[in-house]
Amino acid sequence: MTIFDDELIAVKAKVLKLGLMVETAIRDSVNALVERDSELAKEVIKNDHLVNALDVSIDEECVRLIALRQPMARDLRLITTAMKITTDLERMGDLAVNIAERALELNEEPQLKPFENIPKMAAITQSMVKDALDAFVAGCSRLPYEVIKKDDEVDDLNVRNFNELLSLMLQDPKIIPLAVKRTYIAKYLERIADHATNIAEMIIYMCKGKMIRHTEITDES
Amino acid sequence: MVEKNALFEIRNFSIHYGDFLAVKNVTVNIEAHKITAIIGPSGCGKSTLLRALNRMNDLIVTAWVEGEALFHEVNIYHKDADVIELRKRVGMVFQKPNPFPNSVYENVAYGPKIRGIKKKSQLDEIVENALVRADLWKEVKDKLNESGMSLSGGQMQRLCIARSLAQEPEVLLFDEPTSALDPISTANIENLLQELQKTVTIVIVTHNMQQAARISKYTSFMYLGELVEFGDTDTIFVNPRNKLTEEYITGRFG
Repeated sequence: MTIFDDELIAVKAKVLKLGLMVETAIRDSVNALVERDSELAKEVIKNDHLVNALDVSIDEECVRLIALRQPMARDLRLITTAMKITTDLERMGDLAVNIAERALELNEEPQLKPFENIPKMAAITQSMVKDALDAFVAGCSRLPYEVIKKDDEVDDLNVRNFNELLSLMLQDPKIIPLAVKRTYIAKYLERIADHATNIAEMIIYMCKGKMIRHTEITDES
Repeated sequence: MVEKNALFEIRNFSIHYGDFLAVKNVTVNIEAHKITAIIGPSGCGKSTLLRALNRMNDLIVTAWVEGEALFHEVNIYHKDADVIELRKRVGMVFQKPNPFPNSVYENVAYGPKIRGIKKKSQLDEIVENALVRADLWKEVKDKLNESGMSLSGGQMQRLCIARSLAQEPEVLLFDEPTSALDPISTANIENLLQELQKTVTIVIVTHNMQQAARISKYTSFMYLGELVEFGDTDTIFVNPRNKLTEEYITGRFG
């Protein structure tokens, strides 16, 4: 183990910490909505600056390592991956804040109907984020490919959620303000899942040196 | 890997020093008008392989080779090969700048004179041309009669490059050409090599991996006499296939 190895492990640990913070934010924002817990929503919004600060700190550390260590091969791929997935995680944090903001608004109003699709989407999305980060730490496995596959489930739920709300809105235009906010929330979750997919794609790059972004590759080969 | 433009085709090529096998069964092509770098730890055989390309190893009495080294599809180790002609077409620049203890002008004119060019105006033209190509003309045009040894290290190295270019070589072999130079002179030489590859094929042995990464199109990694991996420099430094290559270039060797 070199000092450089220690520095790389420290970067990984920071990315993981950021990932845990974002996972928490996603979980809490959806709980704030489903359980109508506005205090929890405020907590998510308040904590976002910590996510932003860690994002910046990871970027700075990566730039420092590129400048001072001139990383090559797998080290270079690890550092570029860390920088890219940090950006995705930070965006997920922002989307969790958006969910919390909508939750604060919806919690002020009577509930339209119990949530079905959104908790399902949230559960899948959270597992995608968790698996993507596990893959980042554990290294090369099938895990990132599984993450990418799950994205379709989230997309489908988003469409279903939209269609259900659309028919409700057509029946009763008075609910449009509430229903639209629900479609937003589903869209935020769908975007979070997209970011998790980006992370999984970067992990595959980190492992294999192959960019599969914007290709049809969905399986190990 | 198929290279249509292969200038050298090295086939199952081994180099021995007496009983010691210094280069083991190497097969590789050197593409024309590109920079090919050879990297690897000390003693891996990279300089030996480089020197084989213009038969400099002939000067070592115990050295002998097996296999083929084709230059323009002709085996340079064939018994009828013209070694003098080969070294004219395949020049070499060494680690330590080694100008002749003579004027700047004479250093560059030496080769053409040996070739039989006597006319002053013709020699003047060759000298100026070579010094321009070596990016040294502006700095020495007013001191052509001063000793080549009076120049700075970087200038001396460019003088040696000019001396080689005066022979109109097709290939230039560089053995650690910047390891005795400061960073500015090194950058000058690196820029020069990238410029020269338009007209000359370049093979460079370097301990400086960043240098290989900066300037070469292809990189060969050698270890214990074997060519472990050869490929596009991009691939070697971003996503090498071989674990040994990866360990070496990430500094985790041994």
